[in-house]
Amino acid sequence: MNFSYIILIPLIPLVVFLLLGIFNQRIKPAVSGYVGVLGLLTSTLLSFYTAYQYFFVYGKANGVYQTFVEKTVWMNFTETLAIDMGVLVDPISVMMLIVVSIVSLMVHIYSRGYMKGDDGYTKFFAFLSLFSFSMYGLVLATNLFQIYIFWELVGVSSYLLIGYYYTKPSAVSAAKKAFIVTRFADLGFLIGILIVGYYTGTYDFEMLNNPEGNAILNWASTSFMGLSVLTWALILIFIGGAGKSAMFPLHIWLPDAMEGPTPVSALIHAATMVVAGVFLVARLFPMYYFVENGFALNIVAYVGAFSALFAAIIAVTQTDIKRVLAFSTMSQLGYMMLALGVSGYDGHEGLGYMASMFHLFAHAMFKALLFLCAGSVIHAVHSNYLKDMGGLRKYMPITNITFLIAALAIAGVPPFAGFFSKDEILVAAFEHNKLIYFVGVFVAGLTAFYMFRIYFGIFWGKETKYEHKPHESPISMTFPLMVLALLSIVGGFIPFSKFVTADKAGFEAHLNYPLAAVAVGVGLLGIGLAWAFYKNENNLADKMVNFFGPFYKWTSDKFYFDEIYLFITKKILFNRVSAPIAKFDKKYVDGTMVGIGNKTVWTSEKIKSLQSGKVQDYAFAFIAGVVVLVLVFIYMWTN
Amino acid sequence: MIPGISIYEILTITSILFFIGVYGFITRKNLISILISVELILNASVINFVIINKYLYPDMLQGVLFSLFIIAVAAAETALAVSIIIGLYRQISSVEVKDVETMKY
Repeated sequence: MNFSYIILIPLIPLVVFLLLGIFNQRIKPAVSGYVGVLGLLTSTLLSFYTAYQYFFVYGKANGVYQTFVEKTVWMNFTETLAIDMGVLVDPISVMMLIVVSIVSLMVHIYSRGYMKGDDGYTKFFAFLSLFSFSMYGLVLATNLFQIYIFWELVGVSSYLLIGYYYTKPSAVSAAKKAFIVTRFADLGFLIGILIVGYYTGTYDFEMLNNPEGNAILNWASTSFMGLSVLTWALILIFIGGAGKSAMFPLHIWLPDAMEGPTPVSALIHAATMVVAGVFLVARLFPMYYFVENGFALNIVAYVGAFSALFAAIIAVTQTDIKRVLAFSTMSQLGYMMLALGVSGYDGHEGLGYMASMFHLFAHAMFKALLFLCAGSVIHAVHSNYLKDMGGLRKYMPITNITFLIAALAIAGVPPFAGFFSKDEILVAAFEHNKLIYFVGVFVAGLTAFYMFRIYFGIFWGKETKYEHKPHESPISMTFPLMVLALLSIVGGFIPFSKFVTADKAGFEAHLNYPLAAVAVGVGLLGIGLAWAFYKNENNLADKMVNFFGPFYKWTSDKFYFDEIYLFITKKILFNRVSAPIAKFDKKYVDGTMVGIGNKTVWTSEKIKSLQSGKVQDYAFAFIAGVVVLVLVFIYMWTN
Repeated sequence: MIPGISIYEILTITSILFFIGVYGFITRKNLISILISVELILNASVINFVIINKYLYPDMLQGVLFSLFIIAVAAAETALAVSIIIGLYRQISSVEVKDVETMKY
């Protein structure tokens, strides 16, 4: 079975990046847009071909989807411990290829309209290609170290794209914040990788994830502070994943990341990069499940559930539509994490895993759609704030319909994609952990409420006075909206449980009607509330704000987490730790070196008069030397 | 061969001449005096050549011939040195060593 052509999927965007990056100024913007889209189109077609080949031509062997690996050893430390570069093809990597390809292609097409006339048009496409390359590399990685390399690369491209409007101070600081926070989390990831390498002697996913392999069977051999070292490693790796996926308490960068251009938010901060954390846990799922009977997995579940709830509450009160969507993303990522956390391994037990991947897929479609719709709206009214919008349905019919479809999908209304995936998640949670189930149901209601709050706020409600009459976006922007809307409608009917499961064998999933009814009921309740509050202008919402009082203020200020972080870093770390260390460095380490230099200068100043420049002095030294030598020789000869 | 005078006496005189030259070379402040001292050193060695030739190998002439070479070279060298000193004087109106110290540290 030959999958070596898969290497082209990441390489084509890399070549496009190099082309656009090197000939940045010499390429006409129109051409660079086409080059970017064409490059990604090729990768997308290859991804679809790969998926077709993998699932339908090769299919299962012994009832299980096989894993194909093509790799070369890049750097090896021992027989088994090596850093390889290669591609790994299994159900989740193929699924991620499809997700990344679709969303990235749509965003490329959309950007041709959205970024039109921007100064850095070519640069923008170069960065998008760099991101696509890194993300493809990440999902195809064969070992922990390769995934880490590409993990950092997506971090860099995210940084570059958030800071794209580099003349805006807020964008620059948002870019730095995103990079530093995720980098801080990646420190945990790196330590986790090193621990895994040291105690299991391999980085290879196949060896690590084999349930009968040494890594999993010997988890109890070494323990540290009451837990197996591997559990610690997995927790540390999860910290890395939590940083990228904006899990509480490392979520602070995601809302600020909305400073980037909206297509970037759709691609990176909604659909692809932020699911890297979920993907990482899914990639190491057998380890998470078997080591210490899933202790680390429980942490994943609770962190996910808490983040889902926390973000959903904040999302209700935000007034910047991109921030609402950012918190909504965080909430949905929490959903995926909790689904992984309550999952089992074999057959139908692995429902949570499959539901998580299903939700990842569906969420990528409808959240990218929501962001692109938001971009279309922002393009039309030139503002991010809800107060500047209202009654847009008359001006932007396509955006209106597609936004509605995406909102219905995320709210979990049948038959849209979100309904199916969310239902599977709730069933999995119900079977394993009732507390998490109730959190999930509550979050589902909140999600429907805040999503329809902004929907009604943008497209219905009181019509704002616009300076220019808003108009529908050009076809290059509405076409991706329609494609993604279509996928949001039909995506739910893909029989995911046949393709993507923890044990790769597949099972039959059925709708659990009572639980589905509860979820849909809660969703409709949320929509109904939003309808009552925001459909027409009334003071119900203000009454609610007054009813909650200070709690509303806390929520709209995001529970002051940014301020807490600033306090910890600026007041405590900078003043109490960094400043004394800097002082020590300057005074003693630097001082020693400067002192040596000064002493040398002083000494040479003292002895430089020896070089008088007078021939006679040199002659005197020479003759004195000769005399001394003569005396020495005479002394030696006479003895 | 000079009757009544041994080679040691003559060598003593040339040594004294040599060291007078060295002393002059080191202590004189005037470039012309230094040049004269250098001539003294040279002449001490020329006398040595002739004397050693006469006393040790009376039937040979190499030492005498060599001294003629040295006198010729010394004349050329002196001409060169004096021209340098004159050039220097035109530049800085001085032939004192202390004024010629551009090469100092």
